[in-house]
Amino acid sequence: MILGIIEHDGVQLDPYGLQMLTFARDLSARLNTSLEAVLIGKSAESSGEQIKNFGISKVHLIQHERLEHYAPEAWAESVIQLLADKKADLAVAAGTERGNELMAHIAAKLDLPLASNCSEISHGDGLEITRLRWGGSLLEETSLRDNVKLLTLALNIVEAQESSANPVDFEAFTPTLEDKDFRVQLSGREENTAEGVTLKTASLVVGGGRGVGSAEGFKVLEELAECLGGVVGGSRVATNNGWRPHTQQVGLTGNRISPKLYIACGISGAIQHLVGCKAAKNILVINVDREAPFFSKADYGVLGDLHEVVPALISEIKKVQ
Amino acid sequence: MNILVCVKRVPDPGTKIELTADSRAVDTSKLGFTISPHEECAVEEAVQMIEEHGGEGTVLTLGLPESDAQLRDALAVGMERGILIETDGSDWDPGQTAKAIAAAIEEDQTRHGPFDLLMFGNESADSGGFQVGIRVANALDLPCITGVKSMEMEDGQLVCKREYGDGWEVYKIPLPAVVTVKEGLNLPRHPSLRGTMKAKKKKIEFVQPEKVSAQLVMNRLRHPAETSKEVEILGEGAAAAPKVIELLRKLEVL
Repeated sequence: MILGIIEHDGVQLDPYGLQMLTFARDLSARLNTSLEAVLIGKSAESSGEQIKNFGISKVHLIQHERLEHYAPEAWAESVIQLLADKKADLAVAAGTERGNELMAHIAAKLDLPLASNCSEISHGDGLEITRLRWGGSLLEETSLRDNVKLLTLALNIVEAQESSANPVDFEAFTPTLEDKDFRVQLSGREENTAEGVTLKTASLVVGGGRGVGSAEGFKVLEELAECLGGVVGGSRVATNNGWRPHTQQVGLTGNRISPKLYIACGISGAIQHLVGCKAAKNILVINVDREAPFFSKADYGVLGDLHEVVPALISEIKKVQ
Repeated sequence: MNILVCVKRVPDPGTKIELTADSRAVDTSKLGFTISPHEECAVEEAVQMIEEHGGEGTVLTLGLPESDAQLRDALAVGMERGILIETDGSDWDPGQTAKAIAAAIEEDQTRHGPFDLLMFGNESADSGGFQVGIRVANALDLPCITGVKSMEMEDGQLVCKREYGDGWEVYKIPLPAVVTVKEGLNLPRHPSLRGTMKAKKKKIEFVQPEKVSAQLVMNRLRHPAETSKEVEILGEGAAAAPKVIELLRKLEVL
């Protein structure tokens, strides 16, 4: 039996959890086993209504008076007890921060391997697994052969797809938890005060890298972004030099963007950066170096110094606006 | 406050990764190396906390003997001593790595006293397993907060924040504890010439680990299917502007 653990906010299920359910549903069919969902914490049942459209017939609700706020070790301990109780042989969560954290605690406590951020799974002697390295720019093939297999599914590998609507059987499970399981527990939330379009949601992003040369150099990129109703991002070189705040980094260790158009100025196109912008629908690269790797990943290119091209572009836009 | 920072030597995140002929490893012959980005921030944060609260910083890595270059980088910006858990450069899985690190920490603490804080990167830039810090925390029975992008001491407790959804989650824990951090926590300083000179005299201890058997064996590495595009060059220099305007109109962003 496969247990799929889904995050929820008390109202809705996490969209990545629904991707995971879609993937796990297919996996359970191929492994000829059943898939049951797991929801943890208060108000899980109301979120769970959505599950009936995903071809799941049973949902385990892990409930405990102290599980109101997220506590990674208490969650891990709860899932461990459920795994043993149901004699499940595979547990999977989406490869979100929490999903990876939860599964790593479970793996550590059970002294089992965890295959994180998997992208493909096939049936062999055990499970043959492909998982992401370098944010997906390199793939690792590995296998899981233990009696209980633990994995997380990389994000956006599949689209969440509904299946036949099933009547869902909700089954409560109350774990036995100790004070120690709550030594780390969420103690509060702070909302971001900044409003408006963010890098993650922007439909147009103007990015700058080493070629911008300085913090002041970004002024023309800001102006271009403003003309087009977009936002500014930077490569790791730009944020590491303090030209832009880290919150504006596009890349492996920053934001993943998916705009309609990404205008990349003075960025060579290192893997670190490409991982962050590969979901852009169109990429326009402005660079002096025709050999820059970014040109082979871009849809459009302008060969030239961004400090000449961008101001010319701004004045041309102003003429027609 | 005595702080241990565990770092990983990884190929420079800007370089192109080539594989060896048998696809069992990354071809490192032409690569430059660096401390994995998240851990650079862990080192910086440790140095700042020690500047504020006193204490000593220790930096640890597991890898080939030449990983001492990365330890020296950390010693050059203010860490005081290094521990290098020596391997033959083969792929150690997260469980093996965590067990060797936990054993080295326990052994070190019997001679140098306990660490108040153990810091890791949230995940390594290369293998990205998201679990070594958590495994070490469990092995040493310490609380662990992951994905931290802001941390400070407040009334004897460590207050950590991490991003969640559109906002931040706040966690408070007493020390000793394990924290795994992410880039953006701070802006790491560059070593000064004086710091680099001083680092040469700082002590690095080499540890021979016991290698337990691997749980997650890497069979092969491969590149994802190439998605190279045929780029359409719109023009050169400022003269390309009108063509770009056409493109912006076509894509309906203008």
